[in-house]
Amino acid sequence: MTKQILEIENLCVDIDVPSGVLRAVQNISFTVAKGETLSIVGESGCGKSITALSLMNLLPKSAKRSADKLTLDGRDLRDLNEREMSDLRGDAMAMIFQEPMTSLNPAYTIGNQLEEAMLRHRNVSTAEARDRAVFLLEKVGITAARSRLGQYPHQLSGGLRQRVMIAMSLMCEPALILADEPTTALDVTIQAQILHLLAELRHEFDSSLILITHDLGIVARVADRVAVMYAGEFVETGTTEQVFNAPSHPYTQGLLRCIPIPGKTKRGAHLGAIPGIVPNLVGRIEGCHFASRCPYADDACRTGDVALRPSFEKSHEYRCVLSPEICAANLKSGAAA
Amino acid sequence: MSDPVIEASDVTRTFMISAGFMRGKQPLHAVNGISLNVERGEVLGIVGESGCGKTTLAKMMLGLLEPTSGTLRLDGKLVGAAHRIEVARILQPIFQDPYSSLNPRKSIGDIIMLPLKVQNDPDPATWRKRAEDIMDLVGLPTRVYNNYPNQLSGGQRQRVAIARALINRPKIVICDEPTSALDVSVQSQILNLLQDLRGEFGLTYVLISHNLAVVEHMATRVAVMYLGRIVEQADTDTLFKAPKHPYTQALLGSVLTPEPGLGVPDTHLGAAYPNPIDPPSGCTFHPRCAQVMDHCSKQAPPAVANGGMVECHLYAHGGGRKSPKRKSK
Ligand SMILES: Nc1ncnc2c1ncn2[C@@H]1O[C@H](COP(=O)(O)OP(=O)(O)OP(=O)(O)O)[C@@H](O)[C@H]1O
Ligand SMILES: Nc1ncnc2c1ncn2[C@@H]1O[C@H](COP(=O)(O)OP(=O)(O)OP(=O)(O)O)[C@@H](O)[C@H]1O
Ligand code: SF4
Ligand SMILES: [Mg+2]
Ligand SMILES: [Mg+2]
Repeated sequence: MTKQILEIENLCVDIDVPSGVLRAVQNISFTVAKGETLSIVGESGCGKSITALSLMNLLPKSAKRSADKLTLDGRDLRDLNEREMSDLRGDAMAMIFQEPMTSLNPAYTIGNQLEEAMLRHRNVSTAEARDRAVFLLEKVGITAARSRLGQYPHQLSGGLRQRVMIAMSLMCEPALILADEPTTALDVTIQAQILHLLAELRHEFDSSLILITHDLGIVARVADRVAVMYAGEFVETGTTEQVFNAPSHPYTQGLLRCIPIPGKTKRGAHLGAIPGIVPNLVGRIEGCHFASRCPYADDACRTGDVALRPSFEKSHEYRCVLSPEICAANLKSGAAA
Repeated sequence: MSDPVIEASDVTRTFMISAGFMRGKQPLHAVNGISLNVERGEVLGIVGESGCGKTTLAKMMLGLLEPTSGTLRLDGKLVGAAHRIEVARILQPIFQDPYSSLNPRKSIGDIIMLPLKVQNDPDPATWRKRAEDIMDLVGLPTRVYNNYPNQLSGGQRQRVAIARALINRPKIVICDEPTSALDVSVQSQILNLLQDLRGEFGLTYVLISHNLAVVEHMATRVAVMYLGRIVEQADTDTLFKAPKHPYTQALLGSVLTPEPGLGVPDTHLGAAYPNPIDPPSGCTFHPRCAQVMDHCSKQAPPAVANGGMVECHLYAHGGGRKSPKRKSK
């Protein structure tokens, strides 16, 4: 039995907004095993970042977190106070943010910041911390690493800053890395380099990774398991092969038809579309959250909660009233249409 | 038969930028000698990494920026910033960011009619009707006519930008990252719309995008830029099936298609990102090139015509190595 690093049951995050309570994350449950990469994918505003921030206890003040279970390496994160949480951050769990400038301090050299990440948590000398910083900067492909230690964040290109962030997240060999859109702002060539590197480092350190992205290409290539998120909920979870080769939920099926796939989509032909917009998350949504955009929706979808159910394989679940057989048939007929 | 609507010949654009505290100003050659034709009716894709000069080139085509040297012709006539309004009648832009490219204090209707106003359209009585017609065409409900940009979704805002670009029936539309700020479900709707409008109005597109899958899907021909120059040009099929320039090969090799199990490729590009103020000698790509030869750092490579064009020493003197075929799928 593989060891679970992160175990979450019924995580909810409510945010107070002027018009009421915005239910950003609604009853999501998942586990991440040692060395495993879980990818959370979904469209803008579906709750990916709030999920990650809630694990790090970095939510905005107006937000409230609740969960039936929330453990990191067996330790219950729900009882920790802010001091204990900040001891964990950067140590047992580290986060790579989308915009590195939000987490790199412009007033300090990158050497300073890398060393500090380790001095804070480990009983080491500055020289030892510096050696580790140089070692990791070289690992993330930064040449002349020792001479970079004296540079300030603004002296580095976006790609280099993102590498520094990755090196910083690895300073204490965290059990769990949370990466929120780590390559979204970067060129495809640098993106590939950074993801390649992240995959290599993860193997080397056997860290677990939660990779948040809206890019289905990245998910397919990097993740072991996938959770598709829509309007605050997980609507489909499974291995990467299950979700990409046999998507069950109408939303996942729709998403995969929207992207041109070289060699598969006919050039210039119409791409699939998901008309409509995501529902407002303020207040309660009756029934399936996707019903307002789903081509198969009927009255049954709009009443009562729709629960996650297993597809053909047990490790593959989706949230829809339709049976696995009907979903498989929809996948075929939808692709032909 | 060649029938160019835009002809750029040896166009350059230099910015003077400060090189650091007390170091004075130095030239940055954002566009460094580009000759390129846009043929009537085609969809010309322009790709290349951030900072290679794509937007600078587009702005010169639009008459929003004066070339430092070289000439640009639109329908055979020379263009420059002095002809902005005439240019706008033929050529319209759609920019990347639907959040910042629309004036937040103007209503949707006013934004869409702006080109008519700027171009002194002689028939103001028809403006509202024309705005509503074009809104209909791009899939915007006319009830948002009096709304403001912050009341619309990202996809709707990009439709406003498209409606504004098309209201006075231009011949050419320059789309600079038209969908990169959008979710894939919205992106596909906008791409479908651009395809439909092209058929309906016989438009010519220049499509600038980081997303190579989008370019492969939309473009009929592709130009690849690196540090201010076009290093390869070919029709879409040829470019994607048999890329010649080592940079094009690395670029295409880094595309992550949504196919599980293939992993993330190693681009072999290295992290030696060039400094545009002090570009490498010879072929500016040589420090990152997997196939670099001795003379690459000494001599700028010639442009070799091969149906398309490639600027690389590997293909000079009619010889050179064969390009590795892309894995077919
Ligand atoms: N500080 C906040 N105050 C109020 N609402 C918020 C706040 N932060 C996020 N939200 C709302 O919570 C929901 C989830 O936001 P979140 O940032 O998690 O989305 P996301 O999936 O990360 O989207 P993106 O892909 O755009 O980053 C959204 O509806 C968002 O508007
Ligand atoms: N007004 C300006 N002043 C100084 N430098 C500029 C100016 N505009 C652009 N540059 C520089 O010229 C180069 C080309 O910029 P440009 O915006 O054309 O690149 P791009 O290919 O469009 O990049 P991206 O993909 O990031 O949009 C860059 O090095 C940029 O910093
Ligand atoms: S439950 Fe109904 S509305 Fe929801 S995804 Fe399934 S078919 Fe569509
Ligand atoms: Mg986010
Ligand atoms: Mg640009």
